[in-house]
Amino acid sequence: MFQDISTVFWRDWVVLRQRMKTFIFSRMVTPVLYLVAFGWGLGRNVQVEGGSYLDFIVPGILALNSMNISFNSVGSPLNMSRLYHKTLEEYLVAPISPVAFVLGKILSGTMRGLISSAIIIVLSYLFGARFHVNIQFALIVTLNCMAFSGLGFVAAMLINSHEDMGNFSTYVLLPMSFLCATFFNISKLPTVVRTIIELLPLTHCTYALRAIGAGGNAPLASWINLIVYVLVLVGVSVWTMERVRK
Amino acid sequence: MIQIKGLVKKFGDRVAVNQLDLEIGSGEVFGLLGPNGAGKTTIIRMLTMLTRPTAGEIHINNCTLPADEEQVKAMLGIVPQHFNLDPDLSVGENLELHGRLHHMAAEDRKLRMAELLEYVELQERVHDKVQSLSGGMKRRLMIARALFHRPRILFLDEPTVGLDPQVRRKLWDLIRRLHSEKFTVLLTTHYIEEAEALCGRVAILEKGKLIALGSPEELRRRTGEYVVEWTEGDGRETRFFHERSEAASFAGTLTLTATIRRSNLEDVFVEMTGRKVID
Repeated sequence: MFQDISTVFWRDWVVLRQRMKTFIFSRMVTPVLYLVAFGWGLGRNVQVEGGSYLDFIVPGILALNSMNISFNSVGSPLNMSRLYHKTLEEYLVAPISPVAFVLGKILSGTMRGLISSAIIIVLSYLFGARFHVNIQFALIVTLNCMAFSGLGFVAAMLINSHEDMGNFSTYVLLPMSFLCATFFNISKLPTVVRTIIELLPLTHCTYALRAIGAGGNAPLASWINLIVYVLVLVGVSVWTMERVRK
Repeated sequence: MIQIKGLVKKFGDRVAVNQLDLEIGSGEVFGLLGPNGAGKTTIIRMLTMLTRPTAGEIHINNCTLPADEEQVKAMLGIVPQHFNLDPDLSVGENLELHGRLHHMAAEDRKLRMAELLEYVELQERVHDKVQSLSGGMKRRLMIARALFHRPRILFLDEPTVGLDPQVRRKLWDLIRRLHSEKFTVLLTTHYIEEAEALCGRVAILEKGKLIALGSPEELRRRTGEYVVEWTEGDGRETRFFHERSEAASFAGTLTLTATIRRSNLEDVFVEMTGRKVID
């Protein structure tokens, strides 16, 4: 099993290694824009929860960026592989288990999410943000990357056109990017809306990173939420691999 | 080597493969011949576990599908109809990935890569991206990839579709070489001359049903080895004979110009179905 997971991961690592410079530079654009617009521009004179707005939004930017990168690192290439290049068949006819393929892909998406998160952490410090980074912080980002790599996997296996993959991002990821406590405190939202938002993994990733960044611990509910999402999405991903043979 | 009993595949109400019974022996080059939509690719996809059968049994080398899936996968080499090489990897990396997926040791992968790239005459292109290869080169690389883990059975789904005649002949030579090396080869094609040139036996399929089975010679003999062909009105008329002399006598009775020629699998197909393999 481990050998098969590493083979799936190896393929994606070979591709990433060839494009590492492009990957790193392209991943800097969005967070730099967020940091300039919301950190330096809008947030220069804004105080949130007794601290600077920059310190408040950095965990949110980290959470949403790791979500987008992990989702797109798995979702888009896998959807192309299944529908257009047909390279998924090479894995389906090989003697490897669906679980190994799913885990290999999710780990590969997680790796890309973590590299991009490391870039944001460095950029945020350069922009003057102050927050704690420790093992707990890294684990929360990892769980978030795993959850959204899993969501990318499920979407890629169930959605039957590349255009609809784009629509999925527009209708699911984009609203989460702005609503899951990333840029503002959601306590003043209507109860129903807030309750729904508090079920989403990105909200818990943001809560946890904000708490750890401020020197505290991630809430237990956030750990549970993220772990449950990872397990469920891995399970559904394996189911989609079985379903593709029907 | 391969036993298929009562194989059925339905997609909704459409029956793609209808009660197929087939036995393919070890070392045979066996052809599935039929027009597009006859069910050839669906049969290959069920044999390679890319599609689950609706009903029926598949046994490969004393293993049963899907129960013995892992063992069967190790025995099969597959060249699909479409190019499914990884466009983000080089020629060598595509083979390396395949070797890793089949749990081959690093040293073995290295030796096998050199051996097979020479076999398919692509040794100079090992570091090139697959996108830079021509159609024929891609097909040869797909055959090298299918052979990489030393399978015992090779499935070739329309191996020469879309290739120019010169490249097609080159691939035929490669398939003949595989036959001489005792591989069991199952190929699907809608090219009559390909089935005749390569296959020891063929199964002719029409709308998912097996309509004829035997060697190209047997099938031609059954229908009649000689054809008298003439044009009447807007249509082409044919009549089959077992002896050339019978065909010549019949042609002599016609008032129109007629041609006498040896029959081929296309004639067998038309005689059985009333339409051509490629409509």
